[in-house]
Amino acid sequence: MKIEGKKLIWKEYQKEIATDDYFYARSCIRQNFFPGSEKAFTRILKDELGKNLYDSQHHTSCTGIGYHTDVVPFETTMTVVARQFSLMQEAGYSNYIASCITSFGLYTEIIETWKHFPETLEKTREYLFKATGREFSIPNNLAHASDIIYKFRNEIAAKAKFRLVDKETGCPLKVVEHIGCHYSKMFPHKGVGGAEFPYVLTGMIEAWGGEVVDYPERRHCCGFGFRQYAIQANRGFSISCSRKKFESMAPYEPDMIITNCPGCPMFLDRWQYALSEMEGQTYGKNGNGIPVFTYEEVAGLVLGYDPWDLGLQVHQVPAEPLLDKIGIPYNPENKFKGANGEDLGQPDAPNFLKFYKE
Amino acid sequence: MNKQVAIIGAGIAGLEAASILDSMGFKVTLVEKAEHTGGHIQNWHQLFPDRRNATEVAQGIISKPLANVSTEFNREVTSIQPFAEKFIISAKDGWVFNADAVLITTGFELFDAKRKEEYGYGIYDHVITSAELETLFKKENGVTLRIGRTPSRIGLVHCVGSRDEKIGNIFCSKVCCVTAVKQAIELKELYPECEIYCLYMDLRMSGRHYEELYKQAQEEYSIQFIRGRLSEAAEDKSGKIIVKVEDTLLGRPLKMTMDMLVLMTGMVASAQTASICSSAGIQKDSDGFFKASDPHLYGNITGIPGIFLAGTCSGPKTISDTLSDARSAALAVQSYLSAEANN
Amino acid sequence: MNEKKLAFGYTVSKDRQIDFDEASLELYNKVCAAEPSIRLCISCGTCAATCSAAKFSDFSLRKLILQVRRGITKGLQAEVSKCMLCGKCQLACPRGVSTRALIMQINMNLQKTGK
Repeated sequence: MKIEGKKLIWKEYQKEIATDDYFYARSCIRQNFFPGSEKAFTRILKDELGKNLYDSQHHTSCTGIGYHTDVVPFETTMTVVARQFSLMQEAGYSNYIASCITSFGLYTEIIETWKHFPETLEKTREYLFKATGREFSIPNNLAHASDIIYKFRNEIAAKAKFRLVDKETGCPLKVVEHIGCHYSKMFPHKGVGGAEFPYVLTGMIEAWGGEVVDYPERRHCCGFGFRQYAIQANRGFSISCSRKKFESMAPYEPDMIITNCPGCPMFLDRWQYALSEMEGQTYGKNGNGIPVFTYEEVAGLVLGYDPWDLGLQVHQVPAEPLLDKIGIPYNPENKFKGANGEDLGQPDAPNFLKFYKE
Repeated sequence: MNKQVAIIGAGIAGLEAASILDSMGFKVTLVEKAEHTGGHIQNWHQLFPDRRNATEVAQGIISKPLANVSTEFNREVTSIQPFAEKFIISAKDGWVFNADAVLITTGFELFDAKRKEEYGYGIYDHVITSAELETLFKKENGVTLRIGRTPSRIGLVHCVGSRDEKIGNIFCSKVCCVTAVKQAIELKELYPECEIYCLYMDLRMSGRHYEELYKQAQEEYSIQFIRGRLSEAAEDKSGKIIVKVEDTLLGRPLKMTMDMLVLMTGMVASAQTASICSSAGIQKDSDGFFKASDPHLYGNITGIPGIFLAGTCSGPKTISDTLSDARSAALAVQSYLSAEANN
Repeated sequence: MNEKKLAFGYTVSKDRQIDFDEASLELYNKVCAAEPSIRLCISCGTCAATCSAAKFSDFSLRKLILQVRRGITKGLQAEVSKCMLCGKCQLACPRGVSTRALIMQINMNLQKTGK
């Protein structure tokens, strides 16, 4: 594989990312799936990078899930999104960050729609004004939260307490990256690195000392997708997609998977447990799985944040083997304690997937 | 007094037209952007459908007498401006030239296979283009050298950059299907044990003896044809190429691992087409190539009297079609200049 | 089987993709050696259009040949047995494939291997 060829593509897909003063819109589901990720993001931006970030209490869902499952009409979605932009304007910001990939894709789609159909933009202004009395302006800069971490990957590397390196051998860790479909597959030029060879996560992995694994089914679906998981009868498609990826990446013995979508880490993580229970199959070494992370979690680990503050205890594939490999300290006793130190109880161990309890 | 004709591009169309116009007694200047004449044919090993040696054919064209023809090398023409019944031709390097008539024979460029990002050309080591394969054929054992071992399976992908609206080319490049069949046969001759697969959407065996070549490929060389367009290529641990395609005749997705993947890159309009069109006031067609004023009746004539077209600058053509087109363009130029002289 | 295995109300779907790397071309190679005209098939479907059996069953010689070419042998014996061996396809084939001999060869080889 020729890295120069990839670099040529990466050069073609660069986007402008604002350097400061952000309005941050959270995701509907990420705080349940990966409860420490968004908190880690705000902490990194404010405390580590000294950026001005506005974390709004008043924004709603972007309606993305409803829109993509044909429950919410596009006109309604545009009006709801217009309200988010109105909140941004009201707070005095013009750089919008979406935590969610679906939202980022939807905002991009809506802004493009308004660009090509000004009459639709006017209609949206009218709907929003009638419904709420609000006015809005389109963000000057729209970014996904992973774009921001990507932009400051070297600053984070400079402050890093740990690197994505095996502490015993000094070798870079082997990392699988997987980007969300709505990050750049709909609008390749809106994502760093484009759609076929995206660079947004690769850039972080490189900056933090790891080595990217490019395996044959890299571009295959992670197993998320609203129609696949929303209905129980369709979940066979979902788990089979994830399985196809695990089968393809396992021979490369990856140490971890990094993702930038709410859905990919959820399914790549949880389906490893389900597959182990259904088929007795695990994809890491010695009955371990391949731990799956959000990019915020990885940034947090690199910066030396406590793994349990990052929410790693809710992962179904335990992160401990990776923490040990890098040499990140953690207290097993605190794994299932709440923020106030209260014991939350320990879950039952899975039948096949190796589990780490106190 | 001899009228001056400028021919832009000294590929086979330009050379053929130059030799005819020269024999008619015109003063001809060939303006070539490279440092040699001949164009793409120089890089080719054998020609379809009879597998004629390409160098021999190129020599046949280059060696035609060019008594009063002068050639300007390294001149990339960017504009042709009509001025007082003459034409001012300007090149990128500042060179300027006047002519009574201009024949555009700027040819084509090969589609840049890197633009089909999903096929990994320029990234995966063993994905090459059909043009590169020809170069390898020219060198003995070139294919083995490239992959470091005798290949056991090779795939040829049709329609790369052609019939693909995603990259902006809706048209068929006409020559790639038969080139794939020819190259498949040549590969099989080099490696009799190697399995060879052509991955195609439609097989457009439109020329004379093409279908026979296709039949020969199946019957004598056991080349296999799978109808389906590649969705993506990936590299496995050992550097082999894994392709995904639907076997559309069976209605099932298929994956297979290849030692080498050859992309049949199509023809696209040459880069200077747009600037020549706008400076000369002639039309560019929807496919990006030059547009003739009447493709049925006057295929060599543009909307501006005195500016003519020949060869692949006005759309994909085979070598024999290009040469016929060049001869017909020479006649059109002669007819225009004779009428001028009588006025 | 480990009895601990859990059921979640869905199952892993079977992969429909033809994994050509795993396919055995043994049958195709044998048939090809005995009846080389199989190579000439261009999947035009003239055989299936004229086939008397295809009017009353889902038999398709075009598809059968493709399956042999791709190394798909599962269920082929049952497929072949639908052919009435009338030979009409041979009359219709534009490429001169010896269709009847081909079907006999496929059948014979399948019986030998017991597939």
